Amino acid sequence: MTAEIGHFALILALMIAAVQSVVPLVGAHRDNAEWMAIARPAALTQFGLVAISFGCLTQLYLSSDFSVLNVIQNSHTTKPMIYKIAGVWANHEGSLLLWVLILALFGSAVAAFGANLPPALKARVLSVQAMIAVGFYLFMLLTSNPFERVEVPPINGQDLNPLLQDFGLAIHPPMLYLGYVGFSMAFSFAIAALIEGRVDAAWARWVRPWTLAAWCFLTGGIVLGSWWAYYELGWGGWWFWDPVENASFMPWLAGTALLHSSTVVEKRDTLKGWTILLAIITFSLSLLGTFLVRSGVLTSVHTFASDPARGVFILALLIVVIGGSLALYAWRAPSLVSTGVFQPISREGALLLNNLIMATAAAAVLLGTLYPLMLDAVGGDKVSVGPPFFNSVFIPLMLPMIAAMAIGPMLAWKRADLKPVLARLWAAMIAAVLAMLAVWAWATDGPVMGVIGVGLAAWLFVGTLVELAGRIRLFKVPARESLRRLARTPRASWGMTLGHLGLAITIAGMSGAGAWQTESVQAMKPGETVTVAGYDFTFDGAKDGQGPNYSIVRGTFLVTKNGQPVATLDPEKRVYTVTKRPTTEAAIHSTFWGDLYAVVGDKDKATGAYVTRIYFNPLVAWMWGGVLVMVGAGITSLTDRRHRIGAPAGRRVAGTAPETVKT
Amino acid sequence: MSRGVACILLVVAVTWLSPALAVNPDEVLSDPALEERARDISKGLRCLVCQNQSIDDSDADLAKDLRVLVRERLSAGDSNDAVIQFVVARYGDFVLLKPPFKPATLALWLGPVGIAGVGLLAVFFFFRRRRLEVSAGPHGAPTSAKPPEPLSDDEKRRMEDLLKDDKT
Repeated sequence: MTAEIGHFALILALMIAAVQSVVPLVGAHRDNAEWMAIARPAALTQFGLVAISFGCLTQLYLSSDFSVLNVIQNSHTTKPMIYKIAGVWANHEGSLLLWVLILALFGSAVAAFGANLPPALKARVLSVQAMIAVGFYLFMLLTSNPFERVEVPPINGQDLNPLLQDFGLAIHPPMLYLGYVGFSMAFSFAIAALIEGRVDAAWARWVRPWTLAAWCFLTGGIVLGSWWAYYELGWGGWWFWDPVENASFMPWLAGTALLHSSTVVEKRDTLKGWTILLAIITFSLSLLGTFLVRSGVLTSVHTFASDPARGVFILALLIVVIGGSLALYAWRAPSLVSTGVFQPISREGALLLNNLIMATAAAAVLLGTLYPLMLDAVGGDKVSVGPPFFNSVFIPLMLPMIAAMAIGPMLAWKRADLKPVLARLWAAMIAAVLAMLAVWAWATDGPVMGVIGVGLAAWLFVGTLVELAGRIRLFKVPARESLRRLARTPRASWGMTLGHLGLAITIAGMSGAGAWQTESVQAMKPGETVTVAGYDFTFDGAKDGQGPNYSIVRGTFLVTKNGQPVATLDPEKRVYTVTKRPTTEAAIHSTFWGDLYAVVGDKDKATGAYVTRIYFNPLVAWMWGGVLVMVGAGITSLTDRRHRIGAPAGRRVAGTAPETVKT
Repeated sequence: MSRGVACILLVVAVTWLSPALAVNPDEVLSDPALEERARDISKGLRCLVCQNQSIDDSDADLAKDLRVLVRERLSAGDSNDAVIQFVVARYGDFVLLKPPFKPATLALWLGPVGIAGVGLLAVFFFFRRRRLEVSAGPHGAPTSAKPPEPLSDDEKRRMEDLLKDDKT
């Protein structure tokens, strides 16, 4: 019964979405308030129905109902509760259900809290949301029904891929989807604006919170995946330029560009057409990302072709959404009039440079990711496009951007003078040179990119602080006055400062971890010691054990430095009972300067020695910490007063908001 | 996204990713300089039966065979290029994670440069058009800026509502 309820709820949601995608749109066109008003109850009902559907699938997993194909293929009675829940979205059909759930959640959020939106804009936004939803419901119901039953239920399921039975990866897809789907809001607002032919500061303020929230979730989702790869794959790698990673990185690059260009629309009333185009591109890349990962097209063009129903539907949906929105853009964008003018050397110019580089980077990653597929599809050679390609294209693009990132925020709007700004950045220049010298003295044999990376990180970090100091007129006015200015800094400005500081920390971490990893691979008998990066790792043997649905070999390392105990590391090797597949659980001890990282492998029956891998990964904690600061920056900016009150900020009556700052 | 989802696909494909078993102690060369070169080469060679993994990261048998082969050639005195040529001669360009510059990859390598070029041109024309518009308009005001349209009745009502809200 549960499966049928879920299935019917999904069908009903499709019906409601179909109505919601047409009636409010026509209502907005004809200025018919009643037709427009349908959007609100429709969006809320749609969310309720999808929530019922999602709840049903979750219940099927919790009760291990093996009459449902999806549950058979991805669950097992011995699986711990948390992975029964995570199993709901750890597969193609279930993840699509999560996708539409989040889409409906965002839609109902607009319906419920969008009271300050003009009715016509709100109606159009919700209609566009419903159009996307219709596409997804149809895709699910026609090709990927999660509620499909089997005639003869098996006694037990086939279990979930052990690599996915991990906490980081259990919450990774929801985070990522909140990001992808969050960008659908920017998309819907962009399409609605194109239909209305009006983009102004108010529009930019309405879109900004959604874009920011999506960006925060996507950033968090990407870093969760990266973190998982770091501790689970067992050799300390954290980014592989794998197509599935690129799939999430492309919308991130475009979304970051969108965040910056929408600031220009809001403050300076220009770059409107470009911002709308970016919103369309960002969501298109999110759609592409969802489908690249879920369609099997990445494995090969041939698996894609072997399941023609899904493949053709996906292709058609992409063409309709992307092609349709670009056509609308080509038709309507010329009517968007920008009034703000600016010189190339100005804040707007710097933000435009950011956009140019981020967009080029996104396009280059797209090209590299799809190139083997495209070449194969036209019957050309088989080529591999791996990390060396991406690094050689991506890094040269990022160097000028990070260099410019310290300068941009200090430029005035409209027209700026570069010389005094550069003169004010002397501290950042000194910091960069000192950091490079220090790193070079510490590791003369390292790759030059590591040294440059750390130097740029120092430049950006100190440069951002110089900008903050200038804004609060530190040392120019009495300290009390500076503190007052600091307290009055709008949260959106804090978002910029923290975001850039976070990126600087992350870049330092990436440079360290990428350039100076120390590795030691050996066979060790209990009692033996190896020294890695000045730490002595003594192998204390390994013991067998039993987890809920796997068996364990747990090794123990006692780590000392100069005779002083530092840590005990217990890496595990697990073999999952149902699938008979092994996973590695690396043991990691993080310190400020780097991670001690140990992995235990197979036992050699003849000698009794275990294969062990020990790494020192410098500055890895900086990488994760920096990203956390960036997400925090996004959240800080999200709480800015002007998003809470909606309409362009003016000074409120004294007493209601004493911290008022004119932005 | 991450490797995890790749793994779902890999189940369907040839092999799955089983970590931590890549380079094994018995493969490691005793000469650290030679081993270092072997690792460098391995990182650029694709494990042909895996999805987007280098032979340095993969535990597939083929990857192990290739790692051993690379080390044999290096021990025999081959240069790095000679080793890579040796592998490419047997497996084709597909084995290279950094695709060589050749007609089939022309668009790949020149693409990013072309995209950046188009972007720069677009920015250039954007500024030029703006300058023309500004110089054509009276008193330096851009001619394209139309006066804002008057508010509709509905909008006026909403504005009054908002203003009323603000006072309470």
